Amino acid sequence: MSQLHDTGTIRPTGERELVLDVRTQDMEINMGPQHPATHGVLRVVLTADGEVVTSAVPYVGYIHRCAEKIGESVDYKMFVPYTDRYDYLAAMNNNVGFCLAVEAAGGIEVPPRATWLRMIICELNRIGSHLIAFGTYGMDIGAFTPFLYGFREREWMMSLFEKICGARLTYSYCYPGGVWNDAPEGWFDELLRFCDVFDRKWREYDALLTRNKIFIERTRDVGIVTAEQALASGWTGPCLRASGVRFDLREAQPYMFYDEVSFDVPIGRGEVGTVGDCWDRYWVRMAEMLQCTRIIRQCVESLRKDTVAGEVKTEMKTYRVAPGDAYVGIENPRGELGHWVLADGNDVAYRLKIRGPSFCNLSILPEVLPGTLIADAVAIIGSIDIVLGEVDR
Amino acid sequence: MDFDAIADRIETRCPGAVLGRFGAPSKDPYVRVAPARLVEVMQVLRDDAELGFEMVVSIAGVDWQRWEPRAPRVKKDEAPPPEPEQPPRRFDVVYHLLAVHRNLRLVVRCACDDDDAPAMPTLTGLYPSADWHERETWDLMGIDFTGHPDQRRILCCEDWVGHPLRKDYEFPKEYHGISAE
Amino acid sequence: MTLALAAQGARGGLFEGLWGMGPLVSAILGFFVVLGVASVLPMFWTWAERRVAGRIQQRPGPNRVGPFGLIQALADGVKLMVKEDIVPADSSRFLFMLAPAIVLGGTLVAFGMLPLSPSGIIVDTHLGIYLIGAFLALEAIGVIMAGWASNNKWSILGGMREAAQLVSYEVPIGILFLMAGVVYGSLNLADMVHGQEDGAFFGLGGWLVFRMVPFGPIAFLVFYTAILAESKRAPFDLPEAESELVSGFHTEYSGIRFSFFFLSEYAAMFLLSGIAVCIFLGGWNLPLVPGSFWRDHGIVGELLAAASMILKSFVLVFVMLWLRWTLPRIRIDQVMSVCYKYLTPLAFACLLAAAFFVETEA
Repeated sequence: MSQLHDTGTIRPTGERELVLDVRTQDMEINMGPQHPATHGVLRVVLTADGEVVTSAVPYVGYIHRCAEKIGESVDYKMFVPYTDRYDYLAAMNNNVGFCLAVEAAGGIEVPPRATWLRMIICELNRIGSHLIAFGTYGMDIGAFTPFLYGFREREWMMSLFEKICGARLTYSYCYPGGVWNDAPEGWFDELLRFCDVFDRKWREYDALLTRNKIFIERTRDVGIVTAEQALASGWTGPCLRASGVRFDLREAQPYMFYDEVSFDVPIGRGEVGTVGDCWDRYWVRMAEMLQCTRIIRQCVESLRKDTVAGEVKTEMKTYRVAPGDAYVGIENPRGELGHWVLADGNDVAYRLKIRGPSFCNLSILPEVLPGTLIADAVAIIGSIDIVLGEVDR
Repeated sequence: MDFDAIADRIETRCPGAVLGRFGAPSKDPYVRVAPARLVEVMQVLRDDAELGFEMVVSIAGVDWQRWEPRAPRVKKDEAPPPEPEQPPRRFDVVYHLLAVHRNLRLVVRCACDDDDAPAMPTLTGLYPSADWHERETWDLMGIDFTGHPDQRRILCCEDWVGHPLRKDYEFPKEYHGISAE
Repeated sequence: MTLALAAQGARGGLFEGLWGMGPLVSAILGFFVVLGVASVLPMFWTWAERRVAGRIQQRPGPNRVGPFGLIQALADGVKLMVKEDIVPADSSRFLFMLAPAIVLGGTLVAFGMLPLSPSGIIVDTHLGIYLIGAFLALEAIGVIMAGWASNNKWSILGGMREAAQLVSYEVPIGILFLMAGVVYGSLNLADMVHGQEDGAFFGLGGWLVFRMVPFGPIAFLVFYTAILAESKRAPFDLPEAESELVSGFHTEYSGIRFSFFFLSEYAAMFLLSGIAVCIFLGGWNLPLVPGSFWRDHGIVGELLAAASMILKSFVLVFVMLWLRWTLPRIRIDQVMSVCYKYLTPLAFACLLAAAFFVETEA
């Protein structure tokens, strides 16, 4: 292939224009299923002309377990542990999303304290998930230390979860009708301490990576996704916001008590490059983490003011959900996690559809990868922040 | 803009395309659209200045084969809850749409004409994101999206037999000599 | 042949004259000394690297084997040696097995020309740094060979990156070698160290890094950046970019052959830092210590000089480790643009400035 490839993402400065007059042969490379940059078992077949990617075909499904079929086989309560397994970095959010959908379909009441607790753990898990995104993105770009820094605070976050539900990764804390248990003695104090410490530590992450010259050079103007592209590709969550669209389900279509707390929705502004580049996606996640601690503080305050300890659950029972259906989308760390529950009056869903944000966000790869360098491809895949457990479900 | 206004708007733009509007007991009211006019309706939904549904959030296939709704128990003095719509055919495709800028949601259902070889026109021309959703629906539910540029299995491996989410699906006893029992 | 070449330009060596040895025998004997030193020392640098990384990342690092985990490196070395040496079935077997030897060999031979003390130089040649440059260039051949012979696409990409990077960065390094030649009137590193003795400001003024301001410091920074790239250290670690190319050219290597690459990398780090110290930082010279001190105190002077030299080199190596655990990795096009757009013109400017300064000073 000796002709010039239409890269599609040539920089405004024209720096990336590649004129090839040497006759070379395209190389087909398998990136994955086992590859450090694919964050799991994603396989992308890259066709590369030297270091320039000319086409990319993603293959997913390596850890497909057909969660939807399982959801049609076990009753609502029993499906909760399965929700932990799709986006395993945000298991709490998955629990909450599924429970909200079942509760909406069945008209099940939730005690307010349970809802506040759910919001707290959602935001806490969002921090944990974004910390992984931050750390692994550093790794993708070649900086090893952010990963360890991120894990330091995530460790504390996980021990908080361990105290409230006994598990560190797959929590199964929420059940239709409430949460499994109230927080133990002193948990909220520790949580607030965590928030204070985290806000301080956040500056460390910021200093380490955000304004690093090399990091900026690696991520600015790379993998630009315009707002139109993002919407057409079904992007949601931080990725969509990084493209300059202010759409956060917590703000736009509030569920739980999100309308009672105040927080900002950071969006990509193209601070160092173009709106919707990898740096913006990274930055939106970083900025979101600070909002999470802000929300947590407000939740703890309301919870302490308005609710009584211990009132967190209805009895844990098997619900029969009357015929009907409900779709509930919640703002997961990676975007809109939707559960569509179609009930036929039994205790098992007739049809359960899980709409995973990573699955939709990933489908843009064939569009953005061609024309980039292999190193950029890694940076782009990393910036979309996928969890393959949820892509494959 | 509420659900009825949206449905009215569709009916003005595409007369006769909407076969019905259904509310309770569905928590998200939906319109049922004739499959032959699906693409036309979707085009309107996406491009109409008042609607602007930019995103197809999810595409789900439903197999109604074993659908026997069981009415909930009600107390004597309560009115019986509304009954869900009787599914017209065996397979439905359910589209969840989202208008990001107008902050609207809409559910569109469409029944596949043929029960044995269900098919549905593809939306990939309108919504690029429908690509993977339709592949998933084909893979798991076996609904053929006519006109889809690249309809391969996506989650199951390529030599998988059958469509797991169908109600009459039988799990294979073994796969490539590996016992699955 | 390489040894013969080294001996050709030799004007003396550590063992020459001892028991009536000729230059060739001395060089061969010296080579074995280097082999011993340069393959044992890097093991402790790997320990240092892991401890430094541990400090930076707020974790202990290896601390179980021996005091402060010092023996850890030895344990790793033994582990690597007894591991199975896997040669992929579809690889080009001969080249695959030869490549690590070439890479390590080039680095080790180059080591022989690094003076650690006034007479602590194994092969004392007139060619000096140019011979070092030539042997370091062997590494590129070995790496491409490894990448190609592995029959692995990631390895090939790694090998290609390495080739592009090494060849490019040899340009500024070569120009700065020329500059050193112009300044000191010799290509021999020991001569250069002698040339930096007894300067102004307590002796510091003689060091090239403090001379010809601003060109001396600039030349040093350019050289340091270039040797970072030459030794494949972050942010220039693209040839083995773990998150992009799995492990780059040594993806398919295991056991002792892998450790060859590893040793070579660490040996090159120290070697290049040592060269930088010799050219720019006064070698073993210290402030307030007269240059004659090292020569007049016999074996004690020599050992102190070696200690000073190793310490200074280690400071530079430490900065490399520090950078590695702090900075992200740059991209291949940026590697090239850094080299050709910034480093090479700057190096040229320094060369011209040096010529001018030397002329006016004379």
